Amino acid sequence: MSHPSEAQKFVKNENRVNWHDQSLWHVREKRDKAANLFPEWEELREKASQIKSHALSKLDYYLEEFEKNATANGIKVHWASDAIEHNEIVFNIFREHRVKRIVKSKSMLTEECHLNPFLEKHGVEVIDSDLGERIVQLAKETPSHIVLPAIHKKRMEIDELFQKHLHTQPSNGDANYLTAAAREHLRQKFMQADAALTGVNFAIAETGEFVVCTNEGNADMGVHLAPLHIASMGIEKMIPRYEDLGVFIRLLARSATGQHVTTYTSQFRKPREGTELHIILVDNGRTVQLGREKYRRSLHCIRCGACMNTCPVYRRSGGHSYQSVVPGPIGSILSPGIDMKKHASLPFASSLCGSCSDVCPVKIDIHKQLYTWRQDITRETNEEPAKQFSMKLMGWLFTHPNLYRKAGKFGRKALQMMPRWMVYNPLNTWGKQRELPEPPKQSFQEWYQQNRQKNG
Amino acid sequence: MGKADILKAVKKNKPEELPIPSLDFPTSNGQDLKSLYQERLAAGGGEVVSAKDKVEAEWIVKERMGDYQYVAGAFENLNTMDLSAIRDPHELELLDMAVFEGLLGVAENGAIWVNEESLVHRAAPFITQHLVLLIREDQLVDKMHEAYKRLRSQEYGHGVFIAGPSKTADIEQSLVIGAHGPKSLLVIMLPPA
Repeated sequence: MSHPSEAQKFVKNENRVNWHDQSLWHVREKRDKAANLFPEWEELREKASQIKSHALSKLDYYLEEFEKNATANGIKVHWASDAIEHNEIVFNIFREHRVKRIVKSKSMLTEECHLNPFLEKHGVEVIDSDLGERIVQLAKETPSHIVLPAIHKKRMEIDELFQKHLHTQPSNGDANYLTAAAREHLRQKFMQADAALTGVNFAIAETGEFVVCTNEGNADMGVHLAPLHIASMGIEKMIPRYEDLGVFIRLLARSATGQHVTTYTSQFRKPREGTELHIILVDNGRTVQLGREKYRRSLHCIRCGACMNTCPVYRRSGGHSYQSVVPGPIGSILSPGIDMKKHASLPFASSLCGSCSDVCPVKIDIHKQLYTWRQDITRETNEEPAKQFSMKLMGWLFTHPNLYRKAGKFGRKALQMMPRWMVYNPLNTWGKQRELPEPPKQSFQEWYQQNRQKNG
Repeated sequence: MGKADILKAVKKNKPEELPIPSLDFPTSNGQDLKSLYQERLAAGGGEVVSAKDKVEAEWIVKERMGDYQYVAGAFENLNTMDLSAIRDPHELELLDMAVFEGLLGVAENGAIWVNEESLVHRAAPFITQHLVLLIREDQLVDKMHEAYKRLRSQEYGHGVFIAGPSKTADIEQSLVIGAHGPKSLLVIMLPPA
């Protein structure tokens, strides 16, 4: 797979691209308004980044401290090295409790582990309860954004989807009507569920508790009704102190959607009386990333999605074009770390404008890491043969100044005279989907010599 | 596999220990927390009304509940459902309106903290169709830092900051109030104790 070829499918529909672009830019603008409202925003980002760096530097200690304190609170702690282990732990708990039906609240980690198909294969009904996630689940798609899973879908498509699956009336895409229908449908599912699964936004080593943030309250509706709650978290979600939450809760929603806080910031310390609470600490490649000094800071990510909302490439190519669980700029750092060959094109799906790094609430140097990946990938994998040939040729040309000057002169003339079909040929990757600039009449060197002589 | 492997890999791959920053954010002085609270809760889709005492608060709730059949919470006289008599939280599905006393309010984002003790059932403020929270002016703090300082000493099994009615914008970014939980949040602001 490659990002350019996947993106091609999305950019075919220009109206959709413009609409997608504007929807996300609107969210980005809301983020700016929220961030500019108080003077200590930059200080908050700095503290958040420092807390994360510290937490990673003592991660083994904090994981064990968390386990100790959570266990004392009555939470059952499990450890999973990879996706397979994670899924098996979940299923073993389900088997013990004879679980047939579950409700899930949005968790990118369970997406990463491909938990849904695994459970469905074993006869467990899995209902994604976040509205956006439910929409993509009904459409048999994956989320295209980590905070706004159905951002790529138009209301008429959702209308048709609901008519088919929830037996709604045609409503011309009435968001109120459709949400009300989903509310009724999902309330039934909440009432029937044998277990509820959630993700984790933050886990606190000091108190052995964890935090789940939603606007819909779907995580809470699930876990407070079902007799069993399993929470899955990547080990990088660990923060040391209770007071650290103040920093992260202030940053998260503002960065994600421009809200001051999510509607619900739900904190779990002990299981509800008469029920069980489990948490699974998942590695799945994170410790490997921890060992890569150049990319380590990507583990700061709190999954707010701000880098996606601001990215000119993401906004115009759609989340699915990344073919990875976490798309956009941060996904383009994380995914090659998991499978470099498969995701080799992602670090190139960026203008390197740096906007992602500017909005990142935990100060990940995203665009720099993307640039570093480009170098690593170019060294270790083969680029498109056409590009590779051109690059080699240019490299040789640059080491021969006289030839370079002549070639430049020839090129400028040739580009002016050649017919279109000769310039935009299949060998010229740079001519795909874009018009080349008009060649200048003279080179800078020629201009410089001319003018320097004139001006003495 | 599992724990031992993960810890071993972390130890091997982690960088040298880096310092943890101190968090000394200034608290507000003389800021009008009440009006800031009101503005920020409104941004989250909630509504604030003031009452001069609990009697007036009860009147406000009575007016709002209209002919709702199932009401439960802080005002015993108004209750048609007894939360403490319920064993299975699924029975709360009938709740039309729930009224709880908030333990702490945060001006910068409109959030109110409630915990299991005050809610009786963790599910109650989520499953009810409409939610009312009472808060005293002197329970307002300016920012989340201050809130967590105060919550430090609190013991709870579950607690939640609630900053509005349940909402979603998953259909073409149009904001819809009342996703799974309450379709409205009314906060009644009481004078200091």
